Amino acid sequence: MSVEHASASSNMVDRPYPPVAWLSTGALCLVIIGGIFLASYAPRVAPRSVTISLLAGGAVLLAASITALVRVKVFSWTTFMKVFKWALLAYVITAGMIEFAFVGDHTRGVSLVIVSCMLLIFAVSVPITIAFTVARYAEPD
Amino acid sequence: MSEALDVASSTHEGPPLDRPRIQVVPLRGLPIVAVVVVFVAVAIGTNWQWALMFSHVAGGGLWTGIDLFVGLVIGPILGRLSIPARAEFAARFMPKMVIIMPTVVMMTLATGFQIARQLGNLKIDSPNHAWLIVSFCVVGIMAAIALGVLEPANIAVLFEMNKPVPNGERIGRLMKRFIVTAGITGIMQIATLIIMTRVATQ
Repeated sequence: MSVEHASASSNMVDRPYPPVAWLSTGALCLVIIGGIFLASYAPRVAPRSVTISLLAGGAVLLAASITALVRVKVFSWTTFMKVFKWALLAYVITAGMIEFAFVGDHTRGVSLVIVSCMLLIFAVSVPITIAFTVARYAEPD
Repeated sequence: MSEALDVASSTHEGPPLDRPRIQVVPLRGLPIVAVVVVFVAVAIGTNWQWALMFSHVAGGGLWTGIDLFVGLVIGPILGRLSIPARAEFAARFMPKMVIIMPTVVMMTLATGFQIARQLGNLKIDSPNHAWLIVSFCVVGIMAAIALGVLEPANIAVLFEMNKPVPNGERIGRLMKRFIVTAGITGIMQIATLIIMTRVATQ
């Protein structure tokens, strides 16, 4: 690879991107806060208005992150998908273990639904952050 | 799978690669991770007291120790090395972190909540209740930093180093992010040590 080619490639991969990783990390932060709030009330039930608001906020940020991501035209989707699928596998297993612990502790009803939705956001947002951070520095497809 | 995880570019256009490929996820470690996952699942599913405590103490001890050592010992040393030396070290060190850290974190967190609930530490009238809430907050902040910044930077460095012509400036920038966030989580682990020893002795 020539110096000129390397320089041109570097300019291509260092171009500005929408704040996909910031949005998905924001979603992660909201569900972490929600998880702390839920756990701090256990074994009692935490106020639903707060937990559902945090969950909804996390869902909105994750949706915004995905929307910003799919609108990117020049991007290394091959790298993104390669990293995303393995990271998703890893974090689905982690989320599954945490869900298993909650089910084992007899968490039921609406609380379990809220925990499950928070874990779903966790399991998707972290792979998006990792895969986007890697793919933004790769050669676009 | 090896093909999927081995990330050296298949569209290499420059001179032949004379550097060994970095395996981002060390495949030899995956069976160990699988055994740990099954062990933790059995511990939770059967409510096996010793296994729950072992997973929490061993996982938590490793997590705290590794974070402290990497953040406060390895990190500052790494920051003073030349970029090629940092890259050489990172190529061997970071793939191991990719597999070790999520495993010890999963061991600690998945079992910790169950232990706290069984011991009654989560009850509002427990003297440990407030300490546990502070612990949740500390772990929450560490998780956000580790999952949102540290781990993506770690993996991005490995992918960058597998390129035919790695960008040294970019590696340096990502490594700096890794070093700073590892330092922050290392310092926060001191809070975890204080909290957990308070909880264990009250």
